[in-house]
Amino acid sequence: MATIVGGLGTSHVPAIANAISKGLHDDPYWQPFFAGYPPVRRWLERIEPDVAVVFYNDHGLNFFLDAMPTFAIGAADVYRSDDEGWGIGTVAPFDGFAELSWHVIEHVVQAGFDPTTCQQMRVDHGFWIPMELFWPERPAGLRVVPIHVNTVQHPLPSAARCESFGAAVGEAIRAWPGSERVVLIGSGGLSHQLEGERAGFINRDFDAVCFDALVSSNRRAITKHSIVELVELAGSQGVEVINWLAMRGALGGDVVEVHRSYHIPISNTAAGLLAVEPLSVPA
Amino acid sequence: MTPGTIGAMAVERAIPGTLVFDGEVARRGYALNAMCFSLNTDVNRSEFLADESAYMQRFELTAAQRDAVARRDVLAMLEAGGNIYYLAKLAGVWGLGVQDVGAQQTGVTVEEFKRRLVEAGR
Repeated sequence: MATIVGGLGTSHVPAIANAISKGLHDDPYWQPFFAGYPPVRRWLERIEPDVAVVFYNDHGLNFFLDAMPTFAIGAADVYRSDDEGWGIGTVAPFDGFAELSWHVIEHVVQAGFDPTTCQQMRVDHGFWIPMELFWPERPAGLRVVPIHVNTVQHPLPSAARCESFGAAVGEAIRAWPGSERVVLIGSGGLSHQLEGERAGFINRDFDAVCFDALVSSNRRAITKHSIVELVELAGSQGVEVINWLAMRGALGGDVVEVHRSYHIPISNTAAGLLAVEPLSVPA
Repeated sequence: MTPGTIGAMAVERAIPGTLVFDGEVARRGYALNAMCFSLNTDVNRSEFLADESAYMQRFELTAAQRDAVARRDVLAMLEAGGNIYYLAKLAGVWGLGVQDVGAQQTGVTVEEFKRRLVEAGR
C-alpha cells in the first residue's frame, strides 16, 4: 500500500519564480523568505517521497471562465508549464502518474465528489513554484498528480468541502496497491489581496490561526467560516488557503509539525511555509 | 466600488474595498477577461500593443471596459467586471506588476504601497 509520508503548504507568489531564476536567494529582500526552505528540503531528502500530489489553483493558464471546474484532477503522463502572459518563465515538464490519478478519480467519485478529469493539463505557477522551491534539482523518478481547486470564480468550494475532498483523495492514496511514498502539497496563500481599495491587505493574526488549526487534530477554526468570511479574513486571494485545507484533509489524523516559517511581505503577500508529518510514518 | 455594481454575494456581506467575483460580476466582465486571457500568447500581446483599440473591438469589450483600459484605470476595470488574475496579465503587458497595480488602486505611490506592506510585517 502507498504511504503518505508528509504534508506541505507554501505560498506561490509569481515573483518567487523570477527571484529563483535571477538567483536572488541572498538578496536582503528575499533572504528571510528563502531561508525557510533548506530545513524542509533536508526533511524531504529524509522521507524520500516519490510522488507529489499538489492541490493548487490555476490562474488562467489551463482554465478560463468559459469552463471553470470546481475540482479538476490531472490524469496525464506529462504536465507542461507555459506562457502565462505576464513575464514569468517556464520549467521542465513534470512526469505524471496517470494510473494513480485514475485510481484517485475512481475513489473520489465513489465518495461523492465530481471532479473534472484532465488528460491534458498545462500547469501554472500555482503548481510549479512549490515544486521548484521544494526540489530545486528535481529528483529523477519524482511523479506528480496535480489537483486544481477553483479559487477564481465564486461560488468557491467551502473550506470544509475542500477538507472533505482532500480526505477522499487521502483515502484513495492509502488504498493504492503500489509501494509509493506520497507527499501532499497545498499551494497558495497566506493572507493577501491584489484587487480593490483593500489591495495590500494582510492579516497576521488570522494566518497564525490557520497555522495552528492546520497542525491540530481539527481545523474548525478555518472550516467554520464561509468563503466570503474567509475573503474578509484572509483577503480575496488569501482564500487560497483552501488548498492547504485539502492537503491537510488528505493527511487526516494527527500530525507532528516539522517546520513552519512566515514572512511579510513577498510582493503583496504574507508568505507561509508549513511541513507536517503523520504521527507514525513507516520506514 | 459603488453599491449596485458589486456582486450578489458581496451585497449579502459587504467587505469594504473588496469585490467578490461571483456570477453577476463574471457575466459583466466576460469580454474584458477573455481579452486578458488571450494575452497568454506572445503574438496576441504584440497585436494588442500594436493597436489596442482594434484588439478591444475584436473581443467586443463594452464602452466602460474600453474606457477603463484606455485610461489604465484598474478600479474601473474591476467595476466593469475584470478579475485581477486576468487583469494581471494585461498589467504585465504594460510592464506593471501587482505592486504598481496595488498602489494605483489605493491611491498611493508604489514606494508607499511597498512601505505599508513591510510595515505589516513588523
